[in-house]
Order: sequence, then structure tokens, then C-alpha cells
Amino acid sequence: MTPDDPRIAPAPVTDEVIRRRQRGRARVMALLLGAFVILVFAISIAKIQAGMPHG
Amino acid sequence: MAKPRLPPNPCTAYSPAIMTPVVPLLPPAEWRDFLALTKPRVMTLVVFTGLCGMLAAPVAVHPVIGFAAILCIALGAGAAGALNQWYEADIDAIMRRTQKRPLPGGRMDRQSALHFGVGLSAFSVLFMGFAVNLVAAAILTVSILFYVFIYTVWLKRRTPQNIVIGGAAGAFPPLIGWAAATGDVALLPILLFLLVFLWTPPHFWALALFVKTDYANAGVPMLPVVAGERVTRTQIGLYTIPMAAAAVLPWPLGLTGPIYGVAATLLTAWFALLAFRVATRTTHVDDAMKPEKALFKYSILYLFATFGALVLDRWFA
Repeated sequence: MTPDDPRIAPAPVTDEVIRRRQRGRARVMALLLGAFVILVFAISIAKIQAGMPHG
Repeated sequence: MAKPRLPPNPCTAYSPAIMTPVVPLLPPAEWRDFLALTKPRVMTLVVFTGLCGMLAAPVAVHPVIGFAAILCIALGAGAAGALNQWYEADIDAIMRRTQKRPLPGGRMDRQSALHFGVGLSAFSVLFMGFAVNLVAAAILTVSILFYVFIYTVWLKRRTPQNIVIGGAAGAFPPLIGWAAATGDVALLPILLFLLVFLWTPPHFWALALFVKTDYANAGVPMLPVVAGERVTRTQIGLYTIPMAAAAVLPWPLGLTGPIYGVAATLLTAWFALLAFRVATRTTHVDDAMKPEKALFKYSILYLFATFGALVLDRWFA
């Protein structure tokens, strides 16, 4: 294998690659934020039901 | 002569003379690389022992609060793992076992890993404090700081006792789980802490015996590299004795029932047998290191099974 070998050469960083990664990260972040909101809501309900002080 | 002002972004190396980047900025890392940064496989054991610590507590915890507590333990462990990889990127690049991780693999810049680790640490601790309780949040804080500063920064590159003292970081989850349920700490979770703490040396040294060359190349002073195989094997045997005591002790002390007692005794007896085999043998030429690999694999199963037995004991006793 030589440094010019396409098997070890790094993939070219095109705008398309960057945009695809940004889209992927944005989607995962959106899902996590959505899940976090639902979790905070569920925790609030659980604490209210248990009559526990917040925190 | 006034020094040229360097740009604030350390992920790009600049030549001060010409002020142009000499290393190009990496493209944004993929979300999978951030996930890999959290060491998901290590996290499995941490989450499981934390969950068992919580389920073994005498107080029933609301499922949502319990889920939040386990999530925070997982996030805290992931954050500590990310900071560990941020700090150890140089030695990870040398070791075959770790050179495909996001940082040595060139898929992520160090600054992103640092920001991710610090952010996730803060989030996990704050969320644990708000959603669960302050005692659990405090222990989680100690465990993250211990893993990052005591183990990663201070001990790992300096002493062959690195994983002995550093093992405490991985022993906190059952304590956190228990504290999440009760808001307090008791004798049983302390014994569980001791069990994981004393389990860590035989577990890691069994691994270190068959990846010794990797550690030596990376300059990590693991016990087999520094003190030799004979000492390591003896230490594996010696640490197994107090570990066995910590595993079985909850039963005679009346902290658990016979389900845990019998299971822990049998599982620990098998662990001791494998450890004894490793402690008393000598490596020969072209050794496949089967007993060491067997001990390493069984040690993982052992911890899962022992903690699982504890929960079963609580449910059925």
C-alpha cells in the first residue's frame, strides 16, 4: 500500500459531506431535545403526584 | 517584541510567522462519533450496576424519577469517557485497541470532544440535582471528577497503581443508584462500592496481561509493563481475596437474603478459581493467554450476574 492508495486516502471533504453531517447532527439534536422536554414534563407530573418538592 | 495574537480556535494549528492555518479544520464530526466518545460498552456495566443499586434500595422509586437517575448516571459516565478520550488522544493513537476512536481516527477535533465532555458532565450533574436529589448529584460529581482528574490526568501515566485507585470511579454507580432512591448512603451500597473497587484490579490486570505490548508501546505504566508478569499474577490472586469477602459479606451481615448469598458465593468461587489459575501459571512461548482471557471475560459476566442476583434477592426474598 502506498500513500496514494485510494483505500487509505481520506475521503474528500466536500460541501455535500459537511451538509450531510450537519443535517444528521441537527436531526439527532432535535430528537434529543424533544425527548428531554417530554422527560421534564413526566418528571414534573411524577413529583406533583408524589407531593414532592421540586429539586 | 510583541507576540502575534493567536486565534482562539485550538483545533487549528497556526504558524505565528505567517498567521495562516497549517492544519486544516476538520469537517464537523458525525453524531455517531460523539456517541463513540461516550464509550457505550463501558457505559453498559455502569448503567447496570447503578440500576441494581437503585433497585436494591429499600425504597421504591417512581419509575420516571428512576429513569432520570439512570439517564444521568449514563450521561455522567459518557461525559467522563469523552473527557478521558480528549486527554488521552495521544496514547489512544498508539494503542491498537483504541486507535480507531474518533480523535485518533481523525474524525473529530479535540475542542469538540472537550466541549462535549464538559457540557455533558455539567448537564448530567445539574439534571440529577433537579430531577432526582442532591446527594445523588454530589456523588455523580465526585465520580466524574475522580475519573477525569485522579485517574486520567494524575494516575494513569504515572503509576502502575492507576487502575487500583482509579477503579473507585467505576465503583460509584451502585452508590449513586442507591442514593437516587433513598437520598442517603448505607452499608450495603458501600459494600457494593467495595466489590466493584476490588474487582477492578483483577479485571484490568487480566486484560493488561494479554495486551501488555500495547500498553508498553504507549508508555502507560500498567503493572505487567512496570513490575512484570509474576508480580501482576500474584496481585490478581491477592486482590481476589478481599473482593470475594466484599461480595459475600452482605449475606452474613443480614443485608441480603439467601438468593444473593448463594449466587454470590458460587459466582465468586468460580471467579477465585479462574484467578487462582492465572495467579499460579507462567507464560510460555507462543502462549495464547487463554486463562487470562477467560478470567477477563468471566469478570464482566461475574459483575452482571452478582448485581442481577442482588435485585432478584430483593424481589423474591
